[in-house]
Amino acid sequence: MSDVADRVKKIVVEHLGVEADKVVDNANFIDDLGADSLDTVELVMAFEEEFNVEIPDDAAETIVTVGDAIKFLEKNAA
Amino acid sequence: MFDLTGRKALVTGATGGIGGAIARALHAQGAIVTLSGTRRSALDELAAALGERVHVVEANLSDKDSVEALVPAAESAMEGLDILINNAGVTRDNLFMRMKDEEWDTVLAVNLTAAFRLSRAAVKGMMRRRYGRIVNIGSVVGATGNPGQANYAASKAGLVGMTKALGAEVASRNITVNCVAPGFIASPMTDALNEKQREGILGTIPMARLGEGEEIAASVVYLSSSEAAYVTGQTLHINGGMAMF
Repeated sequence: MSDVADRVKKIVVEHLGVEADKVVDNANFIDDLGADSLDTVELVMAFEEEFNVEIPDDAAETIVTVGDAIKFLEKNAA
Repeated sequence: MFDLTGRKALVTGATGGIGGAIARALHAQGAIVTLSGTRRSALDELAAALGERVHVVEANLSDKDSVEALVPAAESAMEGLDILINNAGVTRDNLFMRMKDEEWDTVLAVNLTAAFRLSRAAVKGMMRRRYGRIVNIGSVVGATGNPGQANYAASKAGLVGMTKALGAEVASRNITVNCVAPGFIASPMTDALNEKQREGILGTIPMARLGEGEEIAASVVYLSSSEAAYVTGQTLHINGGMAMF
């Protein structure tokens, strides 16, 4: 597992209060991890802070699973 | 009760009659206050009168860039923002059929759109900190209407709807959003009325007097406090009985 994936999963576990083994790449934040729409906004904010990147709204909308977040951040984070 | 020690508050329109009273009242309860407005000298004067725990950020709320710079400036001055008071308001009265687009646009921009943009910016940090208070200053006119004030009434009614929608969205994060709707309050805005207008207005107020800025400020202190944690999406009408809901 990449370093980015570790950090993403840690944020998701902390923020949503879910078991780490549920936070797999194809887990959907809302359907599988019990996030509400406000949680998804907060997750994006947390990713922005952790990785020091700006995630524009149109990109944020495409991040619906843990794997989406990892892929985006691997590509865009410094 | 209503101790605001260490809380960080931004008040727009802080040099106005009501805004000044709100800034003084929040400050008196211990809050750190950022005063915002268009008139630098008046802001500095109020800041000097308050003494410590005060910051000044000039802003023109009809200008998008100026609006968007305001919350970040206040947050960096105070190292956070717990309480946002969207108080700034302007009037451009005219009969509906004569109302210019410009008069409509200016009033909506300052009274409603700026409140939207400032709240959007402020709520981000409030979500992160899991605490926030937003108080929008509406008007009795937003609920009753008033001839010659279609733009003003629309903007103030708009604040009520925005208050409810945002309040519902962020309630789970310990952020409350409420509205205070003053009736006729003694201020430069009501000083501009002529004697006949003044008499006409007093005739519609059961208490037969104008309200004082302090009487609005007290409700803002309450809604900004921890004690009001369970109050959200509400509009508190303070108008001497001229309209009861």
